[in-house]
Amino acid sequence: MATTETTGKTTPATDDERLAQLKEYIAETREKENPDSFLIAVLHRCQELYGYLPVEVMDEVADAMEIPTARIWGVATFYHYFNLTPPGQHVISVCLGTACYVRGAGQLLQAIKDELKIDVGEVTEDGLFSLQPARCLGACGLAPVVMIDDKIHGELTPKKMVQLINQFRRQAKK
Amino acid sequence: MSQETITITINEREYQVDPDQTIMQAADKCGYRIPRLCYHPKLSIEGACRVCIVEVEGARNHVASCACPVADGMKIHTNTKEIRRARRDIVELLLDNHPEDCHTCDRDGNCELQRLAYSMGIRKRHFVGERKHYEKDLSGASVIRDPDKCILCGRCVRMCSEIQGVHCLTQAHRGFSTVVMPAYNMPFAETVCSGCGQCINVCPTASFVEKNHTQELFEKLNDKSIVKVAQFAPSVRAAIGEAFGLEAGRNMEGELVAAMRHLGFDYVFDTQFAADLTIMEEGSEFLERLQGGGPLPMITSCSSAWMKYVEQFYPDMADNISTCKSPMSMAAALFKTYWAEKMNFDPKNILSVATMCCTAKKYEAERPELDVDGMRTTDIVVTTREMAWMIKSAGIDFVNIEPEKPDAPLGLSSGAGAIFGVTGGVMEAAVRTAYELYTGETLIDIELEQIRGFQGVKEAKVTIDGKELRLAVAHGLGNAHKVMEMIREDPDRFHFVEVMGCPGGCIGGGGQPYAAANTIPLDEEALQLRASALYDLDRGKTIRRSHDNPDIQRLYKEFLGRPLSEKSHELLHTHYKKHLPRGIVSPNLKIV
Repeated sequence: MATTETTGKTTPATDDERLAQLKEYIAETREKENPDSFLIAVLHRCQELYGYLPVEVMDEVADAMEIPTARIWGVATFYHYFNLTPPGQHVISVCLGTACYVRGAGQLLQAIKDELKIDVGEVTEDGLFSLQPARCLGACGLAPVVMIDDKIHGELTPKKMVQLINQFRRQAKK
Repeated sequence: MSQETITITINEREYQVDPDQTIMQAADKCGYRIPRLCYHPKLSIEGACRVCIVEVEGARNHVASCACPVADGMKIHTNTKEIRRARRDIVELLLDNHPEDCHTCDRDGNCELQRLAYSMGIRKRHFVGERKHYEKDLSGASVIRDPDKCILCGRCVRMCSEIQGVHCLTQAHRGFSTVVMPAYNMPFAETVCSGCGQCINVCPTASFVEKNHTQELFEKLNDKSIVKVAQFAPSVRAAIGEAFGLEAGRNMEGELVAAMRHLGFDYVFDTQFAADLTIMEEGSEFLERLQGGGPLPMITSCSSAWMKYVEQFYPDMADNISTCKSPMSMAAALFKTYWAEKMNFDPKNILSVATMCCTAKKYEAERPELDVDGMRTTDIVVTTREMAWMIKSAGIDFVNIEPEKPDAPLGLSSGAGAIFGVTGGVMEAAVRTAYELYTGETLIDIELEQIRGFQGVKEAKVTIDGKELRLAVAHGLGNAHKVMEMIREDPDRFHFVEVMGCPGGCIGGGGQPYAAANTIPLDEEALQLRASALYDLDRGKTIRRSHDNPDIQRLYKEFLGRPLSEKSHELLHTHYKKHLPRGIVSPNLKIV
């Protein structure tokens, strides 16, 4: 079974660098017509950089975009896509689309919950995994599928899933 | 007339109406009051509650009358069997997710939802479903938030941002999980909330209420071992009658004094006396700044919500704020010093209670920088609403009570002190005194019409001894923001600026009586009547200038020396500084 490799994306190493990148992006949007309308785009960039929306960063966004923090909070909480807590090192997305569901995604999800002792939307105590539901991932032929970070794992059973999780655990220990 | 009217039909009757209005506005004028909940004439249209739906012939669905403009030939039905049923269903669904605790609720008898349910003929609950449950936020000194009572009309959110410019509140999350909360779900005490209480004024239910101090006060009033001292703000007397079913604008000063004595207060003083004192200090401070080149414009500091707003949004302009404490805090400082000495009371044995039109004053009373000799000067603040409730609860016949006069020597006030409660009043009072202090001559034409009225930002010019002074007056924090931006742009634009944090000034304070059935919170007509009560009070007084108040003159002679003396500075002045940066985040913040 294939393991997940680090993605090709370069994530800036330090918080200062991330913030600089974010501010640069916001500065670009300020030049555009209706700069306020870029709030969602800015929050997306924020999540790309940090993996979630830290409150300190939302404060920076409020300041740079001159949008009240309360309004940003309203938008950030409205869309499920935005994480408000740091995600785990590995994000497990369980496809709950029709095909996967018919092929046992429900049991798969339950197995993950039992194994990691977390619910959907939560992070494991060791910070290694977070769990989220996904709609169709477009790999119905391999149903049921689970995406870990950006890699698809298909034709899974609860047993195979636990093995997969253990593989990540072993890798993390090294 | 500039426009042609159009013809619409409401409930089979034809009406000629102006085209540029909504169905609701047109119906109001034709005498049909369509039920409503999320609508407020001063706020943007949300169309969220759907309570104001009507039938329009030819329309596919029911139409929200608050958001739909009238059109020529429109045939509207406001009261058919179908629309009554649809509306009732909507209110029933709101009730389904609302606690069934009317009889123990703060707003029992004053609740718009309760009134709606009654008027729709809802006599039992039809729907039973999941009900939301969240913790109350009791952290704020002024305002308490109870999300369980919230029906998501959004009036508080719009008030807080559109009128007050504080932007403390938002609707967070979505669908069934939607909650009105501050950014990051922070406790109120840590947010930018100014404590103005306008969310309470516009809330149709008890989702926002003031922190209640009535039980504590009732207990202390029974304590024979302490001296119970009361003071009450100008605007309280102009509005409290409304809580007893009287028309707006009845001055209930004498009744209030009598009722407070019945409640158990040993001495009842008038905050208007301290307003006169504020004018002496503030007027002198202004002249000192004018002559000595101190930071100008000088900006008034009486409004507690405004002070918190400045500290967090304009900390760089804190030096422009007058160092004068508010009249409430000046009076309270005198109770525990000058008056205690005079009466030979131990200041620690004095319970100093203020009845205010304001919720932010509860916060002000807790501010440590206002303490005198390590003592808190105002022990309890109750709002006009709370006082009205206490009077009712004690079974006092408020309306028919024999009026009484406040106690001396901190009870006599000039007309200038009375108008402190209405936008423009502090400025007008200050000009009356500053003019005479500066020129040595008496100002004859003392009514400054240019700064009266409810325009958001008012500008005026007065000439004192050949020098032209440029004045500005703002009410409501959103308008205050506009003035501050004007000053930022041109620091020399004004010499003296008055700001009151609430719409209309203190008369529209967050602690004033709730709007009566079928009226609008902060209705301009009602505010106008409250204002007239104070202007009439001013006109009815022989002493209309603060410096002519003989008790003020005596206070300076016996105790303070002169305005801005060392003693004055110690007791009556303070400094405001940076308090909370924008979007402050607690380090221990828990994200929900």
